[in-house]
Amino acid sequence: MNKLDTKFGDFGGMYVPELLIPALDQLEQAFLDAKDDPGFQEEFMSLLKDYAGRPTAMTLSRNLVSNPKVKLYLKREDLLHGGAHKTNQVLGQALLTKRMGKKEVIAETGAGQHGVATALACALLGLKARIYMGAKDVERQAPNVFRMRLMGAEVIPVDSGSGTLKDAVNEAMRDWSATYDKAHYLLGTAAGPHPFPTIVREYHRMIGEETRAQIMEKEGRLPDAVVACVGGGSNAIGMFADFIDEPDVRLIGVEPAGKGVHTKEHGATICTGTKGILHGAFTFIMQDHDGQIEESYSVSAGLDYPAVGPQHAYLHDIGRAEYFAVTDTEALNAFQLLARKEGIIPALESSHALAHALNMAEEAEEETIIVVNLSGRGDKDLAHVTKILGDKL
Amino acid sequence: MEQTRSQSAKFDGSARYSKMFSRLNEVEQGAFVPFVMLGDPEPETSFEIIKALIEGGADALELGIPYSDPIADGPTIQKASIRALKSKVRPGDCFEIISKVRAEFPDIPIGLLLYSNLVLAKGVDEFYLSASKAGVDSILIADVPLREADRFINIAKAHNIQQILIAPPNASDETLSAIGDKSAGYTYLLGRAGVTGAETAADVPAKALIDKLQQYQVAPPLLGFGISTPEQVKTAIQSGAAGAISGSATVNIIEKHLDDKPAMLSALKAFVQSMKAATQK
Ligand SMILES: Cc1ncc(COP(=O)(O)O)c(C=O)c1O
Repeated sequence: MNKLDTKFGDFGGMYVPELLIPALDQLEQAFLDAKDDPGFQEEFMSLLKDYAGRPTAMTLSRNLVSNPKVKLYLKREDLLHGGAHKTNQVLGQALLTKRMGKKEVIAETGAGQHGVATALACALLGLKARIYMGAKDVERQAPNVFRMRLMGAEVIPVDSGSGTLKDAVNEAMRDWSATYDKAHYLLGTAAGPHPFPTIVREYHRMIGEETRAQIMEKEGRLPDAVVACVGGGSNAIGMFADFIDEPDVRLIGVEPAGKGVHTKEHGATICTGTKGILHGAFTFIMQDHDGQIEESYSVSAGLDYPAVGPQHAYLHDIGRAEYFAVTDTEALNAFQLLARKEGIIPALESSHALAHALNMAEEAEEETIIVVNLSGRGDKDLAHVTKILGDKL
Repeated sequence: MEQTRSQSAKFDGSARYSKMFSRLNEVEQGAFVPFVMLGDPEPETSFEIIKALIEGGADALELGIPYSDPIADGPTIQKASIRALKSKVRPGDCFEIISKVRAEFPDIPIGLLLYSNLVLAKGVDEFYLSASKAGVDSILIADVPLREADRFINIAKAHNIQQILIAPPNASDETLSAIGDKSAGYTYLLGRAGVTGAETAADVPAKALIDKLQQYQVAPPLLGFGISTPEQVKTAIQSGAAGAISGSATVNIIEKHLDDKPAMLSALKAFVQSMKAATQK
């Protein structure tokens, strides 16, 4: 039986083939042991600080907001080694891999950011990485494929299904069910079966902890709201975790509305809300009437996922966190605005969070402090955005 | 002596499995159970395929409902799902095929093998009710491990359906003991780790595992995953399994003969005959 809660209310659980249960139990045990092992914690902290560059800065925007009542801060995960928050939890799970005596790592990736983070951690720690990536994404995200291969990871294109992130997860789970003895599945977001949502949250929670310390230092009080984009939900839960018990801090998750939540082309799973099971967890998913999983869509590959981490489903259900959806167009506007006004090129994923925060800033009637989690930088998106904006720049 | 868990106390559902195992015991045979995907390649042919399997001598049937994201399946069964989904086959169509089979073959045990989201989407109770009405005897949900199974087992019982549990080669004693308590119909004994597929052969179940299954009095174990030859069926039964399930090898025959239905049906029948012949002890 499990030592930790496997569910968040009704959400979450371990809906996987029986074969994978021992591997998930082993992972839970390793995570718990590591928590109490000062040596592990020391190594993790030192990697975060000396290799990845933590703590990341928190920047008060100078020109972005015209409403004088509003202060908008950016938590700069874009400055982290690897270019996104992903590196935090990947370092943690890579250390767990070694702790379990495993030498191989399996991962899935959509945009390639989790794949890049996995590749760098495996290069550093002497692990062998194989990374499943939808065939369509391999084409769309060629520079990240090159980065992964440069750092010694094997990138395996997945042709089955829609050839995107969900199919890469399927394939990674299939691989793992044959290789769990020697390989760890290093899942890239706060989704999937227990214990992944809990482990990924705990290995990202420094985002919120640092934010708390930084805002207390700068403002002497907690923020009114923290805002983060939600794909699977890892950067958002990392930002939220330390504030869940602070009822005066609004927790705001921003999902991709793609071409509009009333079209079929979006990835706003919580906002459109039907419940079901995908990749081992009971949560909000995109599906048809029979329960067949539907393809999601977003201009940002990292948010293009038809499910969401179960803790977000729960936080939504109990009304503790609020979830909104932002369209491709709004995100692209925020992307350009941050570049022009502050000299920061954000990831398209993070641009969703920023777009919503900018709307909040405009509407605020009282003194308001907002922190946006700038989960990654936009270098990876330049080719894609150039194609979309072309000579409109 | 511990007398609390006797085989006869297990939930017997429609009793079709227990009758099958008694009948086979009398003639000293194991069971051969082919798996195919319902609606592959389309409903009409699918029905004829199932008839061919029965005519070839299948003791029971294991039938899939096509699903978009089958994480426990290798390429062969994935492709069968895709073919059926391309033919717009929905769970309701699958129940119709089963009803037709049940009408013609009142005694053969019919098991469903599928994924949890299909069950949830319809509503668990509603799904089991439809299955029961169609004549299904057992349901195995590939992504519901023992730890999540109670809710399904309870609803299954209410509809006179037996929930099939999986005994993997790496199962802990705790898992095997719980399977002993909760299994009904048969136990799906995994021949190896990994996903479905004939590319990697099943291992002979370890004697230690078979002994433990007996010790914990699990429902009769059928060995599946990577079974494609009569020799494997023979070995499985010799080493203590109550029979064998063959999925990908069966589905491969369908895939190979997609453009020639008569050849497909006779090849399937011949395959089942050869596998069934290997069940004699
Ligand atoms: C920069 C960035 N932000 C956000 C995400 C979305 O993932 P999550 O919701 O797990 O934070 C990704 C995923 O690739 C990403 O690269």
